[in-house]
Amino acid sequence: MLPALLRRTAVFLASVVVASVLVFGFMAVLPGDPAEVALGVNASPEAVAEVRAEFGTDRSKPVQYADWAGGLSVGDFGVSYVTQESVGTQINERMQVTLILVLAAMIVSLAIALPLGTIAAARHKKASGVALSAASQVGAAVPAFLAGILLVAVFSVQLGWFPSSGWTPPDEGFGDFLRQLILPAISLGVVEGAVLTRYVRSAVLEVLREDFLRTARAKGLTPNQALVWHGLRNAAIPVITVLGLQLSTLLIGAVVIERVYVIPGLGSLLLDGVSNRDLLLVQGVVMVLVVAVLIVNYLVDVLYVVIDPRLRRS
Amino acid sequence: MNANTHASADSGVDAAQGALAEPVLAVEGLGIRSGDLRLVSDVGFSLGAGERVGIIGESGSGKSLTALATMGLLPDGLTASGSVRLAGVEQELLSAGERQLARIRGHRASMVFQEPMTALNPLMRVGDQVAEVMLRHDTRPDKRGAADAAVDLLGRVRLSDPTAAAKAYPHQLSGGQRQRVMLAIALANDPSVLICDEPTTALDVTVQAQMLDLILEGVAARRSALLFITHDLAVVAQVCERVIVLYGGRVVEAGPVWDVFTNPRHRYLEGLLAASDLEHGSADGRLSTIRGAVPGAGQFPAGCVFRNRCDHATERCESLPPWAGAPQHGFACWHPAGGERA
Amino acid sequence: MSIGASGELADVSGLQDLASGDARRRLNRYLVIGMTIVGLIVFTALVSFIWTPYDPTEVDAEARLLEPSTSHVLGADKFGRDVLSQLMWGARTTLFVGVVAVGVAALIGTPLGILAGMFPRWADELVMRSNDLLLAFPALLLAIMFGAVFGASTLTAMLAIGIATVPAFARIARSGTLQVMSREYVLAARAAGRPRFAIARRHVLPNIAPLLIVQSSVAFGIAVLAEAALSFLGFGTRPPNPSWGRMLQESQELLHSAPLLSVWPGLAIALAVLGFNLLGDGLRDHFDPRLDDRR
Repeated sequence: MLPALLRRTAVFLASVVVASVLVFGFMAVLPGDPAEVALGVNASPEAVAEVRAEFGTDRSKPVQYADWAGGLSVGDFGVSYVTQESVGTQINERMQVTLILVLAAMIVSLAIALPLGTIAAARHKKASGVALSAASQVGAAVPAFLAGILLVAVFSVQLGWFPSSGWTPPDEGFGDFLRQLILPAISLGVVEGAVLTRYVRSAVLEVLREDFLRTARAKGLTPNQALVWHGLRNAAIPVITVLGLQLSTLLIGAVVIERVYVIPGLGSLLLDGVSNRDLLLVQGVVMVLVVAVLIVNYLVDVLYVVIDPRLRRS
Repeated sequence: MNANTHASADSGVDAAQGALAEPVLAVEGLGIRSGDLRLVSDVGFSLGAGERVGIIGESGSGKSLTALATMGLLPDGLTASGSVRLAGVEQELLSAGERQLARIRGHRASMVFQEPMTALNPLMRVGDQVAEVMLRHDTRPDKRGAADAAVDLLGRVRLSDPTAAAKAYPHQLSGGQRQRVMLAIALANDPSVLICDEPTTALDVTVQAQMLDLILEGVAARRSALLFITHDLAVVAQVCERVIVLYGGRVVEAGPVWDVFTNPRHRYLEGLLAASDLEHGSADGRLSTIRGAVPGAGQFPAGCVFRNRCDHATERCESLPPWAGAPQHGFACWHPAGGERA
Repeated sequence: MSIGASGELADVSGLQDLASGDARRRLNRYLVIGMTIVGLIVFTALVSFIWTPYDPTEVDAEARLLEPSTSHVLGADKFGRDVLSQLMWGARTTLFVGVVAVGVAALIGTPLGILAGMFPRWADELVMRSNDLLLAFPALLLAIMFGAVFGASTLTAMLAIGIATVPAFARIARSGTLQVMSREYVLAARAAGRPRFAIARRHVLPNIAPLLIVQSSVAFGIAVLAEAALSFLGFGTRPPNPSWGRMLQESQELLHSAPLLSVWPGLAIALAVLGFNLLGDGLRDHFDPRLDDRR
């Protein structure tokens, strides 16, 4: 098992490095000089030069990259050229919010997809199975932000059960925190849940046609027992892949949901950063998002090796 | 005259007695349909304790379906009618509920399938899969007992180093080894009937003989009845005492292997045997064949199912030929080989 | 006919197909529904070039926030612009973005995937690793980055979505190519010395075409979703060009007074995505009925 794991770890680390080059390189194309932007159009060349030195933008790009990347590896995201605040601190604050939102949404989507997808597969020839499948098709076609708006329209505006915006950290008022978390988590979770349901259904269906299921029944297991004891573990493999992919979708979905519900998470930070042309901030947030996805994919790969004995050599 | 070259002197007597005593498995008037298509019609046979009966047929003859139907494992969309009875079980199997059938499968009746490479769960250790069938039916006192029994069974199917085999995963075993594991699973609870659906067809020729020996050994040790399904006449002659010939979903001939193979009555069987005789071809020196091809599912002719390929067919064959002879030894043909019906 | 040789054996799985014959009839239903919905949208977009009830960019103070009525069938927004006309023009944007994005993805991803499949030794590893890396940059993220650097517009949105979809096409093209390359007639062709590019043209492309068509339909649905989200965030189509996503964003603040304004563009988006998804599923089943259970 070890060589396989080592290999995947090496690939993961290499990917992070390449990603950082890509992100930096891309943002480096941004026209405009941060020093000039900070001082305004009427600044004197000397003042600009001074500020440039302060920012470190007078150095060559590769050197700037090395500096930034080096800082990243110890958790230092630099200081924003625009707001003079530590990028790392801002990211840290906002990241907790986004993580909570994404986690809650993931719980919702799994709670929906795992049982419903399995039932839809087990009963795929009966009316209930077909209905579930159709419902998941429709659910998957709804954009998360649309679900968000609709939920706000119904549960906030009309019924007044939940607030339409805002965010309270859990330690400052757990009740408020929950009330503000529910609608966004559901908006994000239900839609992703519908998409995930289709994958779960198809994975379970695949497994249902496998010969070893027939063997299980020939041994005297009932169809349900066979499905649970033999089928689900095998179906878990493709489902885990999809879960990994779903996470990146959820992260990005969170960006949009944060806009709908005015939640101070990474998404809003990113969008604000772009509006303010805050180069370092944008770079930092993008790296965080990208690395988060890479980490999840890495973990999924590792999980595969652990679950599927066929993958354990090399 | 006992012509069963592989049978010991005992089983010849047993075979006769088995036919008289209560059969272990009795199938009567079995029909299998898919929607409007008739796939199997009016199939009947019975097995006595310790008897070895073969079902011979080509693809499309309905032999696999017949086997699956007796275990209640037909794929969705196919329905079975008629009667299947197992000794010791009061309920008619074709109408039994799923839970009751699940109690029987792997316990009183077991099945070995054709394709060993995909028959085992790739994520479970081999020993656990063998132990599972015993734990399911409570035939061993506890998990430890089942695990030990599993290793023992793997040894008895002659897997070298059964302890290691039990800890292995299926992908670490060859096809032949996996099929032996399947046999171990099938025999673990000493079933009264073992059904084998082409168990050696997917195996290398060198391994086939060993597998057949193991099957014979296994059923002899337990006095289980064996229902052996294949398309291979030579294997049937080696393994079985009696044979049932299926064509077009119907039984066209049945009887003791030696009798039936040396004196075939039905024209289909006659043609089969002639085609497998490589030494004596037809007059022009070519190998003899049955003209035409096997029709698709549900497209066999009405009346005698073989008549569109039979050189001896007449108008009479447009109506279904009745069974001539005893229930387990006879044929269904209007113009049989060896002279008109008695 | 020979005895003892294992010809085609009793194929019980073939009988499985027999048993689920009515499933095939159910499949074509997906194709039909999908085609109908997509056709409707295409039709609407085409009609919008010739006629719309009003000019969708025309502001009309009198008609502000009008409810659905005989003059404005679906009502008017806060600037008095006709909702139906905006929807019709929005269909154009939606389709345009989809076509370009899917086109970019297919044109870049397919050759990469084929390369990976045909030269397993060096191209494969490279392409697959790059794919995995690119997958870490979802469409929205790329579009935001593009927008930040180049200024947000329909063009940046299309390109970003297209590039983000390249991995999906590369993967499908690769697995299809691998399958074809291992088929016996291809091995025979290679043994006879046929150059690989000729094989690609003759055997690989026609065989993976159905897979690519299915993927295109699915990718189109994803592109529609992405464009709507981007316009909602302000990173997609700029005003005054109508876009369903932006209509949603503009209607958000009016949820108290005019909730219907959110419904129409939302319905349009959901319908479009549903249509393309169903079309993709229907095509998949149409091309390979054996996979009917994988819908």
